[in-house]
Amino acid sequence: MKRFLIPLGLFLVLVVFLAVGLNRDPHEVPSPLVGKPAPDFKLAQLAEPGKTFSPADMRGQVWLLNVWASWCVSCRAEHPLLVAFARQGGLPIVGLNYKEVRGDGETDVKKLAADEESTLTRQRASAWLSQHGNPYVLSALDMDGRVGIDYGVYGVPETYLIDKKGVIRYKQIGPITPEALEKKILPLAKQLAGES
Amino acid sequence: MKQRLAILATAVLLGLAPVAHAGEAAPLAADPAVEARMISISEELRCLVCQNESLAASRAELAEDLRREVRSLIREGKSDAEIRDYLVSRYGDFVLYRPPVKPTTWLLWFGPFVILAGAIIGLIAYLRRRAGQITPPTLSAADRAAAEALLAGDPKSTQPKDQA
Repeated sequence: MKRFLIPLGLFLVLVVFLAVGLNRDPHEVPSPLVGKPAPDFKLAQLAEPGKTFSPADMRGQVWLLNVWASWCVSCRAEHPLLVAFARQGGLPIVGLNYKEVRGDGETDVKKLAADEESTLTRQRASAWLSQHGNPYVLSALDMDGRVGIDYGVYGVPETYLIDKKGVIRYKQIGPITPEALEKKILPLAKQLAGES
Repeated sequence: MKQRLAILATAVLLGLAPVAHAGEAAPLAADPAVEARMISISEELRCLVCQNESLAASRAELAEDLRREVRSLIREGKSDAEIRDYLVSRYGDFVLYRPPVKPTTWLLWFGPFVILAGAIIGLIAYLRRRAGQITPPTLSAADRAAAEALLAGDPKSTQPKDQA
Protein backbone atom coordinates (compact mmCIF):
# COMPACT_ATOMS: atom_id res chain seq x y z
CA MET A 1 0.00 0.00 0.00
CA LYS A 2 2.78 2.36 0.92
CA ARG A 3 4.48 2.04 -2.44
CA PHE A 4 1.50 3.72 -4.09
CA LEU A 5 1.77 6.82 -1.95
CA ILE A 6 4.71 8.33 -3.84
CA PRO A 7 3.19 8.06 -7.35
CA LEU A 8 -0.11 9.28 -5.92
CA GLY A 9 1.66 12.27 -4.37
CA LEU A 10 3.41 13.07 -7.65
CA PHE A 11 0.12 12.74 -9.49
CA LEU A 12 -1.57 15.17 -7.09
CA VAL A 13 1.26 17.69 -7.57
CA LEU A 14 0.77 17.38 -11.34
CA VAL A 15 -2.97 17.87 -10.96
CA VAL A 16 -2.41 21.06 -8.95
CA PHE A 17 0.02 22.43 -11.56
CA LEU A 18 -2.37 21.63 -14.40
CA ALA A 19 -5.36 23.05 -12.54
CA VAL A 20 -3.53 26.33 -11.94
CA GLY A 21 -2.15 26.40 -15.48
CA LEU A 22 -5.47 25.70 -17.14
CA ASN A 23 -7.28 28.34 -15.15
CA ARG A 24 -4.94 31.12 -16.13
CA ASP A 25 -5.78 33.21 -19.14
CA PRO A 26 -2.87 32.97 -21.57
CA HIS A 27 -4.03 36.15 -23.21
CA GLU A 28 -3.25 38.17 -20.13
CA VAL A 29 0.38 38.94 -20.67
CA PRO A 30 1.82 41.17 -17.95
CA SER A 31 2.77 44.46 -19.53
CA PRO A 32 6.37 45.61 -19.15
CA LEU A 33 5.04 49.17 -19.35
CA VAL A 34 3.57 49.17 -15.84
CA GLY A 35 5.81 51.42 -13.77
CA LYS A 36 7.22 53.12 -16.87
CA PRO A 37 6.35 56.55 -18.28
CA ALA A 38 3.46 56.44 -20.73
CA PRO A 39 4.91 56.59 -24.27
CA ASP A 40 4.55 60.03 -25.78
CA PHE A 41 2.46 60.65 -28.86
CA LYS A 42 0.65 63.42 -30.63
CA LEU A 43 -2.58 62.54 -32.38
CA ALA A 44 -5.52 64.39 -33.86
CA GLN A 45 -8.65 64.56 -31.73
CA LEU A 46 -11.93 63.08 -32.79
CA ALA A 47 -14.33 65.90 -31.97
CA GLU A 48 -12.09 68.81 -32.89
CA PRO A 49 -10.13 67.95 -36.04
CA GLY A 50 -7.79 70.92 -35.69
CA LYS A 51 -6.60 69.96 -32.20
CA THR A 52 -4.12 67.32 -31.16
CA PHE A 53 -3.75 65.41 -27.91
CA SER A 54 -0.64 64.20 -26.19
CA PRO A 55 -0.31 62.46 -22.79
CA ALA A 56 1.61 65.48 -21.45
CA ASP A 57 -1.70 67.42 -21.58
CA MET A 58 -2.92 65.29 -18.65
CA ARG A 59 0.09 66.01 -16.41
CA GLY A 60 -0.99 66.52 -12.81
CA GLN A 61 -4.07 64.33 -13.14
CA VAL A 62 -4.74 60.66 -12.57
CA TRP A 63 -6.44 59.43 -15.72
CA LEU A 64 -7.46 56.45 -17.76
CA LEU A 65 -6.44 55.82 -21.33
CA ASN A 66 -8.97 53.48 -22.89
CA VAL A 67 -8.21 51.86 -26.24
CA TRP A 68 -11.35 51.31 -28.28
CA ALA A 69 -12.78 50.95 -31.75
CA SER A 70 -16.29 50.69 -33.14
CA TRP A 71 -15.55 47.25 -34.65
CA CYS A 72 -14.44 45.89 -31.30
CA VAL A 73 -17.11 43.62 -29.86
CA SER A 74 -15.70 43.51 -26.34
CA CYS A 75 -15.61 47.31 -26.27
CA ARG A 76 -19.36 47.28 -26.65
CA ALA A 77 -19.62 45.00 -23.63
CA GLU A 78 -17.36 47.28 -21.61
CA HIS A 79 -18.88 50.55 -22.74
CA PRO A 80 -21.89 50.88 -20.41
CA LEU A 81 -19.53 50.54 -17.44
CA LEU A 82 -17.32 53.34 -18.76
CA VAL A 83 -20.33 55.57 -19.44
CA ALA A 84 -21.67 55.03 -15.92
CA PHE A 85 -18.22 55.56 -14.44
CA ALA A 86 -17.74 58.82 -16.36
CA ARG A 87 -21.16 60.04 -15.25
CA GLN A 88 -20.12 59.59 -11.61
CA GLY A 89 -17.11 61.74 -12.41
CA GLY A 90 -14.64 59.15 -11.19
CA LEU A 91 -11.62 59.77 -13.37
CA PRO A 92 -11.08 61.52 -16.68
CA ILE A 93 -11.09 58.90 -19.44
CA VAL A 94 -9.25 59.60 -22.65
CA GLY A 95 -10.16 57.39 -25.57
CA LEU A 96 -7.56 56.07 -27.95
CA ASN A 97 -9.47 55.13 -31.05
CA TYR A 98 -7.41 52.29 -32.45
CA LYS A 99 -7.33 51.50 -36.18
CA GLU A 100 -10.97 52.42 -36.64
CA VAL A 101 -10.94 51.77 -40.38
CA ARG A 102 -8.01 49.43 -40.83
CA GLY A 103 -8.90 47.20 -37.94
CA ASP A 104 -12.31 46.05 -39.10
CA GLY A 105 -10.74 44.00 -41.85
CA GLU A 106 -13.36 44.97 -44.40
CA THR A 107 -12.02 48.19 -45.86
CA ASP A 108 -8.87 48.12 -47.91
CA VAL A 109 -7.07 51.28 -46.84
CA LYS A 110 -4.68 51.05 -49.72
CA LYS A 111 -7.54 52.10 -51.95
CA LEU A 112 -8.38 55.10 -49.78
CA ALA A 113 -6.78 58.51 -49.97
CA ALA A 114 -5.17 59.75 -46.74
CA ASP A 115 -7.94 62.22 -45.91
CA GLU A 116 -10.59 59.68 -46.84
CA GLU A 117 -9.41 57.38 -44.10
CA SER A 118 -9.55 60.14 -41.53
CA THR A 119 -13.02 61.20 -42.67
CA LEU A 120 -14.26 57.63 -42.48
CA THR A 121 -12.64 57.19 -39.06
CA ARG A 122 -14.37 60.28 -37.69
CA GLN A 123 -17.72 59.26 -39.16
CA ARG A 124 -17.64 55.75 -37.75
CA ALA A 125 -16.23 56.69 -34.35
CA SER A 126 -18.64 59.59 -33.83
CA ALA A 127 -21.62 57.51 -34.92
CA TRP A 128 -20.66 54.77 -32.49
CA LEU A 129 -20.22 57.22 -29.60
CA SER A 130 -23.53 58.94 -30.24
CA GLN A 131 -25.23 55.57 -30.31
CA HIS A 132 -23.59 54.06 -27.23
CA GLY A 133 -22.76 57.16 -25.20
CA ASN A 134 -19.50 59.07 -24.88
CA PRO A 135 -17.58 58.55 -21.63
CA TYR A 136 -14.44 60.23 -22.93
CA VAL A 137 -13.19 63.73 -22.23
CA LEU A 138 -11.76 63.38 -25.72
CA SER A 139 -10.68 60.69 -28.12
CA ALA A 140 -7.43 60.63 -30.04
CA LEU A 141 -7.24 58.91 -33.41
CA ASP A 142 -4.59 56.24 -33.89
CA MET A 143 -5.47 55.35 -37.44
CA ASP A 144 -2.46 53.22 -38.35
CA GLY A 145 -1.95 51.64 -34.92
CA ARG A 146 1.57 53.00 -34.41
CA VAL A 147 0.75 54.44 -31.00
CA GLY A 148 -0.95 51.15 -30.18
CA ILE A 149 2.35 49.37 -30.81
CA ASP A 150 4.17 51.80 -28.50
CA TYR A 151 1.65 50.98 -25.80
CA GLY A 152 1.90 47.25 -26.43
CA VAL A 153 -1.74 46.96 -27.47
CA TYR A 154 -2.59 43.51 -28.77
CA GLY A 155 -6.22 43.05 -27.96
CA VAL A 156 -8.74 45.85 -27.81
CA PRO A 157 -10.08 46.99 -25.40
CA GLU A 158 -7.17 47.78 -23.15
CA THR A 159 -7.05 50.41 -20.44
CA TYR A 160 -4.12 52.13 -18.79
CA LEU A 161 -4.22 53.91 -15.45
CA ILE A 162 -1.73 56.76 -15.58
CA ASP A 163 -0.61 58.79 -12.59
CA LYS A 164 0.04 62.51 -12.16
CA LYS A 165 3.59 62.22 -13.37
CA GLY A 166 2.59 60.38 -16.50
CA VAL A 167 3.66 56.92 -15.32
CA ILE A 168 1.55 53.89 -16.23
CA ARG A 169 0.50 52.23 -13.00
CA TYR A 170 -1.93 49.57 -14.12
CA LYS A 171 -3.01 47.94 -17.34
CA GLN A 172 -6.31 46.19 -17.89
CA ILE A 173 -6.24 43.78 -20.81
CA GLY A 174 -9.66 43.13 -22.24
CA PRO A 175 -12.86 44.76 -21.01
CA ILE A 176 -12.94 46.38 -17.58
CA THR A 177 -15.13 44.28 -15.35
CA PRO A 178 -17.04 45.79 -12.42
CA GLU A 179 -14.80 43.65 -10.21
CA ALA A 180 -11.57 45.01 -11.72
CA LEU A 181 -12.91 48.54 -11.38
CA GLU A 182 -13.91 48.13 -7.74
CA LYS A 183 -11.00 46.07 -6.53
CA LYS A 184 -8.05 47.30 -8.55
CA ILE A 185 -8.56 50.49 -10.51
CA LEU A 186 -10.48 52.59 -7.98
CA PRO A 187 -8.34 51.81 -4.90
CA LEU A 188 -5.17 52.42 -6.89
CA ALA A 189 -6.56 55.64 -8.37
CA LYS A 190 -7.47 56.86 -4.89
CA GLN A 191 -3.97 56.14 -3.68
CA LEU A 192 -2.44 57.85 -6.72
CA ALA A 193 -4.62 60.92 -6.26
CA GLY A 194 -2.99 61.36 -2.84
CA GLU A 195 0.51 61.38 -4.31
CA SER A 196 1.97 64.72 -5.19
CA MET B 1 -4.29 1.89 -60.52
CA LYS B 2 -7.04 4.39 -59.86
CA GLN B 3 -5.96 4.66 -56.27
CA ARG B 4 -2.38 5.34 -57.29
CA LEU B 5 -3.49 8.10 -59.61
CA ALA B 6 -5.50 9.66 -56.83
CA ILE B 7 -2.48 9.59 -54.51
CA LEU B 8 -0.30 11.09 -57.21
CA ALA B 9 -2.83 13.83 -57.89
CA THR B 10 -3.09 14.63 -54.17
CA ALA B 11 0.69 14.79 -53.88
CA VAL B 12 0.92 17.16 -56.84
CA LEU B 13 -1.83 19.37 -55.43
CA LEU B 14 -0.20 19.46 -52.01
CA GLY B 15 3.07 20.37 -53.63
CA LEU B 16 1.42 23.21 -55.47
CA ALA B 17 -0.45 24.59 -52.46
CA PRO B 18 2.41 26.69 -51.01
CA VAL B 19 3.07 28.13 -54.47
CA ALA B 20 -0.53 29.17 -54.80
CA HIS B 21 -0.35 30.87 -51.38
CA ALA B 22 2.86 32.66 -52.23
CA GLY B 23 1.10 34.15 -55.23
CA GLU B 24 -1.64 35.57 -52.97
CA ALA B 25 0.72 37.37 -50.59
CA ALA B 26 1.04 41.05 -51.18
CA PRO B 27 4.41 42.00 -52.66
CA LEU B 28 5.59 43.82 -49.56
CA ALA B 29 9.21 42.90 -50.06
CA ALA B 30 10.77 45.69 -52.00
CA ASP B 31 14.18 44.66 -50.72
CA PRO B 32 14.84 40.90 -50.41
CA ALA B 33 17.70 41.45 -47.94
CA VAL B 34 15.45 43.41 -45.58
CA GLU B 35 12.74 40.78 -45.97
CA ALA B 36 15.14 37.93 -45.20
CA ARG B 37 16.33 39.66 -42.05
CA MET B 38 12.78 40.54 -41.04
CA ILE B 39 11.79 36.88 -41.34
CA SER B 40 14.85 35.65 -39.44
CA ILE B 41 14.07 38.06 -36.59
CA SER B 42 10.34 37.51 -36.50
CA GLU B 43 10.59 33.72 -36.57
CA GLU B 44 12.01 34.03 -33.06
CA LEU B 45 9.13 36.20 -31.90
CA ARG B 46 5.67 35.22 -30.79
CA CYS B 47 2.56 36.70 -32.26
CA LEU B 48 0.51 38.02 -29.34
CA VAL B 49 -2.82 37.42 -30.97
CA CYS B 50 -2.28 33.81 -32.07
CA GLN B 51 0.16 32.84 -29.37
CA ASN B 52 1.34 29.60 -30.89
CA GLU B 53 2.34 31.24 -34.12
CA SER B 54 5.50 33.13 -34.78
CA LEU B 55 5.38 36.71 -35.88
CA ALA B 56 6.74 35.57 -39.22
CA ALA B 57 3.98 33.04 -39.81
CA SER B 58 0.93 34.75 -38.32
CA ARG B 59 -1.69 36.32 -40.52
CA ALA B 60 -3.15 38.32 -37.64
CA GLU B 61 -3.39 41.99 -38.30
CA LEU B 62 -1.19 42.96 -35.39
CA ALA B 63 1.50 40.61 -36.70
CA GLU B 64 1.32 42.39 -40.02
CA ASP B 65 1.71 45.76 -38.31
CA LEU B 66 4.64 44.48 -36.29
CA ARG B 67 6.36 43.01 -39.33
CA ARG B 68 6.01 46.40 -40.99
CA GLU B 69 7.51 47.97 -37.89
CA VAL B 70 10.42 45.50 -37.92
CA ARG B 71 11.02 46.25 -41.60
CA SER B 72 11.18 49.96 -40.99
CA LEU B 73 13.54 49.44 -38.04
CA ILE B 74 15.81 47.35 -40.28
CA ARG B 75 15.83 50.14 -42.85
CA GLU B 76 16.77 52.57 -40.08
CA GLY B 77 19.87 50.44 -39.57
CA LYS B 78 18.95 48.96 -36.18
CA SER B 79 20.69 45.75 -35.09
CA ASP B 80 18.76 42.52 -34.49
CA ALA B 81 19.23 42.89 -30.74
CA GLU B 82 17.92 46.45 -30.82
CA ILE B 83 14.84 45.36 -32.73
CA ARG B 84 14.18 42.57 -30.25
CA ASP B 85 14.57 45.02 -27.37
CA TYR B 86 12.14 47.37 -29.08
CA LEU B 87 9.46 44.68 -29.06
CA VAL B 88 10.32 43.34 -25.60
CA SER B 89 10.04 46.83 -24.10
CA ARG B 90 6.47 47.01 -25.42
CA TYR B 91 5.16 43.46 -25.15
CA GLY B 92 7.44 41.90 -22.53
CA ASP B 93 9.64 38.81 -22.57
CA PHE B 94 6.60 36.85 -23.64
CA VAL B 95 7.24 37.81 -27.28
CA LEU B 96 10.52 35.91 -27.20
CA TYR B 97 10.31 32.23 -28.01
CA ARG B 98 13.70 31.91 -26.28
CA PRO B 99 13.18 33.48 -22.87
CA PRO B 100 16.21 35.29 -21.41
CA VAL B 101 18.08 33.75 -18.48
CA LYS B 102 17.33 35.92 -15.45
CA PRO B 103 16.20 35.33 -11.84
CA THR B 104 12.49 35.04 -12.77
CA THR B 105 13.22 32.44 -15.43
CA TRP B 106 15.80 30.39 -13.51
CA LEU B 107 13.18 27.82 -12.60
CA LEU B 108 12.20 27.54 -16.24
CA TRP B 109 15.75 27.12 -17.49
CA PHE B 110 17.26 25.06 -14.70
CA GLY B 111 14.17 23.33 -13.28
CA PRO B 112 14.46 20.31 -15.60
CA PHE B 113 18.09 19.81 -14.58
CA VAL B 114 17.11 20.02 -10.90
CA ILE B 115 14.48 17.36 -11.49
CA LEU B 116 17.02 15.24 -13.39
CA ALA B 117 19.55 15.56 -10.56
CA GLY B 118 16.86 14.61 -8.04
CA ALA B 119 15.92 11.57 -10.11
CA ILE B 120 19.55 10.45 -10.36
CA ILE B 121 20.07 10.86 -6.61
CA GLY B 122 16.85 8.92 -5.96
CA LEU B 123 17.91 6.17 -8.34
CA ILE B 124 21.36 5.82 -6.71
CA ALA B 125 19.80 5.70 -3.24
CA TYR B 126 17.31 3.06 -4.38
CA LEU B 127 19.97 0.90 -6.03
CA ARG B 128 22.21 1.09 -2.96
CA ARG B 129 19.41 0.15 -0.61
CA ARG B 130 18.44 -2.77 -2.84
CA ALA B 131 22.03 -3.96 -3.12
CA GLY B 132 22.13 -4.16 0.71
CA GLN B 133 18.98 -6.26 0.78
CA ILE B 134 20.17 -8.95 -1.59
CA THR B 135 21.68 -11.86 0.42
CA PRO B 136 23.75 -14.55 -1.28
CA PRO B 137 21.71 -17.73 -1.60
CA THR B 138 22.46 -20.34 1.00
CA LEU B 139 22.60 -24.00 0.01
CA SER B 140 21.48 -26.72 2.33
CA ALA B 141 23.54 -29.92 2.51
CA ALA B 142 20.93 -31.81 0.46
CA ASP B 143 20.94 -29.13 -2.28
CA ARG B 144 24.70 -29.26 -2.43
CA ALA B 145 24.67 -33.03 -2.76
CA ALA B 146 22.08 -32.84 -5.53
CA ALA B 147 24.10 -30.19 -7.38
CA GLU B 148 27.24 -32.22 -7.09
CA ALA B 149 25.44 -35.31 -8.35
CA LEU B 150 24.17 -33.28 -11.31
CA LEU B 151 27.63 -32.03 -12.11
CA ALA B 152 29.00 -35.52 -11.88
CA GLY B 153 26.41 -36.58 -14.45
CA ASP B 154 24.56 -39.08 -12.26
CA PRO B 155 21.38 -39.80 -14.30
CA LYS B 156 19.35 -40.60 -11.16
CA SER B 157 19.62 -37.03 -9.97
CA THR B 158 18.78 -35.26 -13.26
CA GLN B 159 15.22 -34.79 -12.00
CA PRO B 160 15.37 -31.86 -9.55
CA LYS B 161 13.05 -32.58 -6.70
CA ASP B 162 11.24 -29.24 -6.77
CA GLN B 163 10.39 -29.29 -10.47
CA ALA B 164 6.73 -28.68 -11.02
